[in-house]
Amino acid sequence: MIESLFSHYTYVLMFVILGIGIYMVIASENLVKKLIGVNLFQTAIFLFFVSMAYIDVEGASAPIVPATKDPGELMVASPLPQVIVLTAIVVGIALTAVGLALIIRIYAEYGTLREDTLREVRADE
Amino acid sequence: MSSVDLIIPLLIVAPILAATLPIALGLRFERTGWPVAGLTTLGLFGAAGYLASVVYTGGEENHTLGGYPPRYGIELVADEFSMLIVLLITAVATGVLAFTRRGGPRGNTFYTAYLLLVGGLLGISLTGDVFNLFVFLEITSIATYALVASGDGPEAAVASLKYLILGTVAASMYLIGVAFVFMATGTLNMVELATAIPAPETNPTLIRAGFAFITVGFAVKVAQWPLHTWQPSAYQQAPDGVTPLIAALVSTASAYAFGRLIVTVFEVDYLAATPNAAAIVLTIGCVSVLAGTVLAVIQTEVKRMLAYSSVSQFGLVIAAYGVVIAGSSETALIGAAIHLVGHGLLKAGLFLGVALVAASYGARTVDEYAGLAKERPFVAGSMAVLLFSLVGVPPGVGFVGKWYIALGAVESQLWPVAAVIFLSTMLTLAYAARLLEKMYFTPPAVVESPHATGAVATDGGDADDEESGDTDPTDDIGTTVPVTGTDTRTVSVGMVAIVVVAALGSIALGFAGGTFADLLEPFLTEVFN
Repeated sequence: MIESLFSHYTYVLMFVILGIGIYMVIASENLVKKLIGVNLFQTAIFLFFVSMAYIDVEGASAPIVPATKDPGELMVASPLPQVIVLTAIVVGIALTAVGLALIIRIYAEYGTLREDTLREVRADE
Repeated sequence: MSSVDLIIPLLIVAPILAATLPIALGLRFERTGWPVAGLTTLGLFGAAGYLASVVYTGGEENHTLGGYPPRYGIELVADEFSMLIVLLITAVATGVLAFTRRGGPRGNTFYTAYLLLVGGLLGISLTGDVFNLFVFLEITSIATYALVASGDGPEAAVASLKYLILGTVAASMYLIGVAFVFMATGTLNMVELATAIPAPETNPTLIRAGFAFITVGFAVKVAQWPLHTWQPSAYQQAPDGVTPLIAALVSTASAYAFGRLIVTVFEVDYLAATPNAAAIVLTIGCVSVLAGTVLAVIQTEVKRMLAYSSVSQFGLVIAAYGVVIAGSSETALIGAAIHLVGHGLLKAGLFLGVALVAASYGARTVDEYAGLAKERPFVAGSMAVLLFSLVGVPPGVGFVGKWYIALGAVESQLWPVAAVIFLSTMLTLAYAARLLEKMYFTPPAVVESPHATGAVATDGGDADDEESGDTDPTDDIGTTVPVTGTDTRTVSVGMVAIVVVAALGSIALGFAGGTFADLLEPFLTEVFN
């Protein structure tokens, strides 16, 4: 148990970051911090994908094939998860941009970024 | 392999590329948005019809993107199940677009988001790769957030942000599920996963955890109780012309994707052997059916009422998936497919009717619908037909779906589920009857409707300017009046005709119920061999 925790510490790290992210989304009253929480949540998953490609193959290097004619047998990490993460990062950035645009609109209308204040302002209207 | 398989990527690429045109051309020419969007959706509808005729006569078509083998690359698949959803998406998109030409919203940015949404939805239905599915889910979501936020007033932005945060967390949950499944199997292709998952050397704990995360993710996306909270405010705050599209298609495509993962990727037999999988899916569905209907009954706003009704109707679909897992029932899967298509059409028609009534009278609450049948017999009649169909009165398509789902539950001897389905019919009648009673039997109130249809007075000056700046150049009909009073000039005959067509379509599909089963037959034999 302890040994697998040491060799798989990136997984533990991933779940810690995941937990911090989701906690921020739930507990923070500040809309920008909520969005940061969502980002942290997503980043943890990206890290999980990348680390999973390395841990499955013992002693693997980055998936770059050397420019020699016959490189022979190479132990490299699976490149597929890394490609996936690149795509997912793009998606995440687009979402953050849309989210920030919405927050700017909300701030312009209500003059607050806090959810509890926002609730009061909307209840008054 | 012929050139037919090229249509599959084109169905996805064409709307996404065309989405750039309204904004790009809008820099130089005015009024380009409508022709671009109109031509694209019409073309998609035609292409989808042709592809469907090929698939239903000749069987499944696939396209491998870039020529990479499916194990690493992305495969697009058009089979009997996905073509149903593709036809629904293209048909509803064309109809709603025709409605918005007169009914609004307009403007180049609107058409861009519209086409992006259609492209994302078609991607969800056609992809054969679980990670690609995530990307299309997010493309669809981003377009939906933008469309919801384009509603009048700042409330729309709040609703959209709520949807964004919940939707993103849900999609990330799905991504974690994909990560677990990928870790256990090493592939992302749906067909390859189907063979890799039940293999004895794969780690069942990872697969089970993956399925659990995927279920939670889709429960949010499909708006299942208690994770539905984003949905009513998003439907209510979205512009009237957008709600039909979102309500009919976005959750439908997600529900389709969930069904596809259950039957094609995880496979029914494997999930049936997984402890609690069937029970959990069944419980989510049944609880949503009951909670959704009860919440719908207590609503005063028509749009919110219909939104909660969607929670319960999708509950039926998820419950049907539960029946499919628990009893490996073909009948329930047919029912789920019919109900997805039927509910999509019904909700599109109903929300279009709501948009019409709001445009002409500013009526938004159930009480304000009093006397509608006298004022607008065609709209009221169509909405009545659609509501009865939603309840499940025989010739309507709602009946056929519910019938197959209930039949599947009875065949699998899942009596509580069958009871919930029959009870839901009664509860659906409870809220449908409220609206019907107001429309037909309550005389119109003497007082003028307190709501103005135009921009709300509290709307900030900024947003107003921005919006008129957006719409004005593309106002292709010179006669369009700014909707300020309760006049009927904003409603054209064509808009009424679209609602009537939706109502007639729901009845026609109801009669064609058996055809659905025949069309799905090859797919079912493959899944349940």
